[in-house]
Amino acid sequence: MKVELDEPKCVASGQCVVAAPDVFDQRDDDGVAILLEEHPGAELVDDVREAVAVCPAAAIRLVER
Amino acid sequence: MADVLTDTAPDTAAAVPEYPMQRDARCPLAPPPAVHGLRDGKPLSKVRIWNGSTPWLITRHADQRALLTDPRVSDDDLEPGFPYVNAHRAEIAPHTPRMITNTDAPEHTRLRRTVNAPFLVKRIEAMRAPVQKIVDELIDDMLAGPNPADLLTALALPVPSLVIAELLGVPYEDHDFFQRNSSIALDSAASPQEAREASGALAAYLDKLIGLKLENPGEGVLSEMAGRVNSGEMTRTEAVHMGVAMLIAGHETTATMISLGTLALLQNPGQLALVRDTDDPKVIAGAVDELLRYLTIVQTGVRRVAKEDIELGGVTIRAGEGMIFDLHAANWDPEAFPEADRLDITRSARQHQGFGYGPHQCLGQNLARLELQVVYGTLYRRIPTLRLAAPVEQLAFDRTGTTYGVACLPVAW
Ligand code: HEM
Ligand code: SF4
Repeated sequence: MKVELDEPKCVASGQCVVAAPDVFDQRDDDGVAILLEEHPGAELVDDVREAVAVCPAAAIRLVER
Repeated sequence: MADVLTDTAPDTAAAVPEYPMQRDARCPLAPPPAVHGLRDGKPLSKVRIWNGSTPWLITRHADQRALLTDPRVSDDDLEPGFPYVNAHRAEIAPHTPRMITNTDAPEHTRLRRTVNAPFLVKRIEAMRAPVQKIVDELIDDMLAGPNPADLLTALALPVPSLVIAELLGVPYEDHDFFQRNSSIALDSAASPQEAREASGALAAYLDKLIGLKLENPGEGVLSEMAGRVNSGEMTRTEAVHMGVAMLIAGHETTATMISLGTLALLQNPGQLALVRDTDDPKVIAGAVDELLRYLTIVQTGVRRVAKEDIELGGVTIRAGEGMIFDLHAANWDPEAFPEADRLDITRSARQHQGFGYGPHQCLGQNLARLELQVVYGTLYRRIPTLRLAAPVEQLAFDRTGTTYGVACLPVAW
């Protein structure tokens, strides 16, 4: 599983951090999302799916292989 | 066929329903019944608003998600065809500086990133203890005061007011002034003149405060914005308007969720018991999102205008046509939330659109969730005998303001 973050679209709502704190964080000065884990393990798939679903900017993609 | 007709036929008054629509007085917490009819029959259809124009009403959850993230859909209220909420908003639009609430990407993204830092998930989480203290003290005072009491004045209004003051760095002694002016500025029943004066008074006050913080930075969002003014990232006018926007956007909304959320739980004692008796913060967090979904207090809808033609579900929304996203209709869309008319705090309601959707989704949502988690997690536990002190039929619901709420909620214990 690979996570892609379209940073220019991110509006820094932090919803991904709430949904998947092991995979996302936020930059201190402007809140833009940071990808902590580009290839998260299978146990985090549900959290990442939730992050994709709640991201208001449609900035996160999950590429499953 | 019906779609083609509404698309081309002249908008006769008989064919086009008025918006906002009327609620059913017997179900004061449910959305207007006619909205369901539109969603389930013709999810994209035209409605007539106060100035006689006929924007599209978007009612399905999935359509709202698609359109609110579509770059052809604009929040720029100077674009021709923008469906203003009321005469006041139409009148002030040309005099309002460009800020997050009336710009599109990339300008919106740039501006929003300058005000985001205080709303970072970790910074909001750090406010949990101070918010808990505010709530505990207000409940102490409420228990020491008269019984019955009005939940609005005892708790619902002061909580967000004190929390936003803490966030902005506004001195406590100015709170009455704030509460008064922000409610007038928001009240769509207020005359344009009154609303303008109230926003003007708030702006003048915040400008003065930012002036002080430019010289002596301290704690809070105003100081942080003053820093960005000093470094040339934003102008002082932008900072002032942003401060006013946060006050107005965060005060009545959160207060309404406290009072109406309590009313909804008192009417659903089984659900109230689940909230009261849990030790699990996840259950409380779920209850907050479910109540935000169920009540969807922003009743004027999210307003946008098409910048290009957009095809959706066999309908063409033309460039220059307005769009109203009825959030309550989407949050009661059975395709997104089965048995949507049931309050069920155990359901997964995280994808509700009570904070809107797309890049303009509520900036203060993490703060609002925190305040509501603390209030719902504390109030019913500390006052387990809490009950309504007046029949629901006697409550005066505000059917015209941005948020649907009650002016007064008498409770006893
Ligand atoms: C339960 C409480 C709240 C509700 C239901 C609520 C609802 C909403 C909704 C529906 C929008 C979207 C408007 C649109 O797309 O045009 C919005 C935007 C906004 N809200 Fe809230 N809000 C709440 C609390 C707050 C708080 C506490 C703050 C700040 C302290 C706040 C600040 C804002 C701002 C600044 C925007 C504009 C964001 C933008 O256009 O980029 N709100 N809110
Ligand atoms: S949820 Fe989306 S918009 Fe919000 S911080 Fe994460 S990536 Fe950015």
